[in-house]
Amino acid sequence: MSNNKEMAHAYWKENLKLIWILMIVWFVVSFGFGIILVDVLNTIQIGGYKLGFWFAQQGSIYTFVVLIYVYSHQMAKLDHKYQVEEE
Amino acid sequence: MELQTLTFIVVSMTFMVYIGIAIWARAGSTSEFYVAGGGVNPVANGMATAADWMSAASFISMAGLIAFMGYGGSIFLMGWTGGYVLLALLLAPYLRKYGKFTVPEFIGDRFYSKTARVVAVLCLIIASVTYVIGQMKGVGVAFSRFLEVDYNTGLMAGMGIVFVYAVMGGMKGITYTQIAQYCILIVAYTIPAIFISLNLTGNPIPQLGLGSMMTGTETYLLDKLDQTVTELGFAEYTTNSRLSHLNMFVYTLSLMIGTAGLPHVIIRFFTVPKVKDARTSAGYALLFIALLYTTAPAVSAMARMNFMNTMEPAPGEYLAYEDRPSWFKKWETTGLLGFEDKNGDGLIQYTSNAETNEMVKVDRDIMVLANPEIAQLPNWVIALVAAGGLAAALSTAAGLLLAIASAISHDLLKGVFKPDISEANELMASRLAMAGAIAVAGYLGFNPPDFAAGTVALAFGLAASSIFPALMMGIFSTRINKEGAIAGMLAGITVTLLYVFQHTGIMFVAETAFLGDLPPNWFFGIEPNAFGAVGAVVNFGVAYLVASMTKAPPEDVQELVESIRVPIGAGKAVDH
Repeated sequence: MSNNKEMAHAYWKENLKLIWILMIVWFVVSFGFGIILVDVLNTIQIGGYKLGFWFAQQGSIYTFVVLIYVYSHQMAKLDHKYQVEEE
Repeated sequence: MELQTLTFIVVSMTFMVYIGIAIWARAGSTSEFYVAGGGVNPVANGMATAADWMSAASFISMAGLIAFMGYGGSIFLMGWTGGYVLLALLLAPYLRKYGKFTVPEFIGDRFYSKTARVVAVLCLIIASVTYVIGQMKGVGVAFSRFLEVDYNTGLMAGMGIVFVYAVMGGMKGITYTQIAQYCILIVAYTIPAIFISLNLTGNPIPQLGLGSMMTGTETYLLDKLDQTVTELGFAEYTTNSRLSHLNMFVYTLSLMIGTAGLPHVIIRFFTVPKVKDARTSAGYALLFIALLYTTAPAVSAMARMNFMNTMEPAPGEYLAYEDRPSWFKKWETTGLLGFEDKNGDGLIQYTSNAETNEMVKVDRDIMVLANPEIAQLPNWVIALVAAGGLAAALSTAAGLLLAIASAISHDLLKGVFKPDISEANELMASRLAMAGAIAVAGYLGFNPPDFAAGTVALAFGLAASSIFPALMMGIFSTRINKEGAIAGMLAGITVTLLYVFQHTGIMFVAETAFLGDLPPNWFFGIEPNAFGAVGAVVNFGVAYLVASMTKAPPEDVQELVESIRVPIGAGKAVDH
């Protein structure tokens, strides 16, 4: 029983670590590149887009989709590792 | 007249599809469909979630707002998508594991208190009703244009349809109807965008067209747009901030956490079979949403471009009022577009100067609907856009009304005040609650506090300041107790409501504004629509403070928290 509890705690810790990493990326692409650093990034031009503007209106959204995909993929692996998958 | 007939045909056809599906789904499946364990596939669920989520605010209103806000409009784009990351990572899997039917039910159990449940219901109702006001504004705009009547009459027609639709389709089968609605709304949104992008840049993909050169020139579309708007004295499109970067930051955050706190979206993740599916389903939902959300900024910039070019075909050469196109006249009859010949020369001077500007009213919510007409696209495209806008408004209104109805009948009546209520009476109560919500929201919709998207943003702020923090603390902290959660929710929503109402009046009735001598946006220049994030911080702070001064939650509640963190059932032993 206590073994189970330890396993559950270890699983939760790994989950939290993954959440932190992904949340940092989430913050950087939207609040970071799209708002705080937008004026700096706007000096770089990619095609017709100013880079900061691109992150605010396109890039951040693409990244969000990837983040959720990465999370569910990694969590599936983690579920398997700790054998906490549902039937 | 021809366009009107075509619109009626397209709109009625889509309605027949929805009704057909609702009947088919009801007949074809049994009660398992309704139970959380029912097998709604994550892709299908993602699509339904996307339709549920994307409302009149996303479809009708957002691109029009961005068209006039430029870069500042990014708050909607990032805010209404970034929240899905929070949902997928922080809430959906755990709430799915807990496996109850409503959000207040979870809050009531986790904080072992009926009071907490009632407070959650109140917050939910305030946020959802505000949200429905935004939908009503959008529906009113759409109907006023296609019935060629003024906005108020359009709104009343819209209320009638939403009522019939919600009471009839608001029961089972809603998921499959929403899948159809998603298909219709995404097609209706992208087709005109593709046409316009092709016209202006020669690139059929709007996301790329926005970064391309104008056809036949060496100038990028965005550079040309910047030049056009600044020449008329408007702020530069690609750099025009929304009040300040700080305000944008707070606004975006507010929309993101509001997304993750809205009950009608969270409920969707209860319908998938497994915890794993709750995670992937959020991903699919965002993918389907992103299709529209990455197209929207292209629609905005191109609509603004076409609009400016119509008003002023060449520098200094203004459109004569006599020669105004038919869409201009049609929108004038709705009262949402207004011209006043201030200098009496018969020309339409559209400038940034309030003294000389003759376009005295340009309601932002008309832009997406008017866009295909401004770009002179074929009539069937215009009719399709109308059907898409209605699909967006109806699917969301139905989801919201269901959330309101279940909160009142299931949480308040059955859960707290009248546990022995019969099933028939519970159903009756939920229908009455729906009708009441439509009436209140419709009434307030005659004088909406803001454009549709702005009103919806307010609703998000209210959800952000109350529900999201309670859910998050309920999962990630074992220490937050009922006293903390209740105090936090009340403090968060009160602070937000006060800041909003001091500007707009109590429940948006203008006469009751109590602004006093304070300038607008007095709190660090943050506007009321964005204030939810501040309310959320207050919520977290108050909850921690109160919880640390009162005694910890009982053992069994702490164990409950531990168990929802792991996908596998608590009863099952881990086998090595």
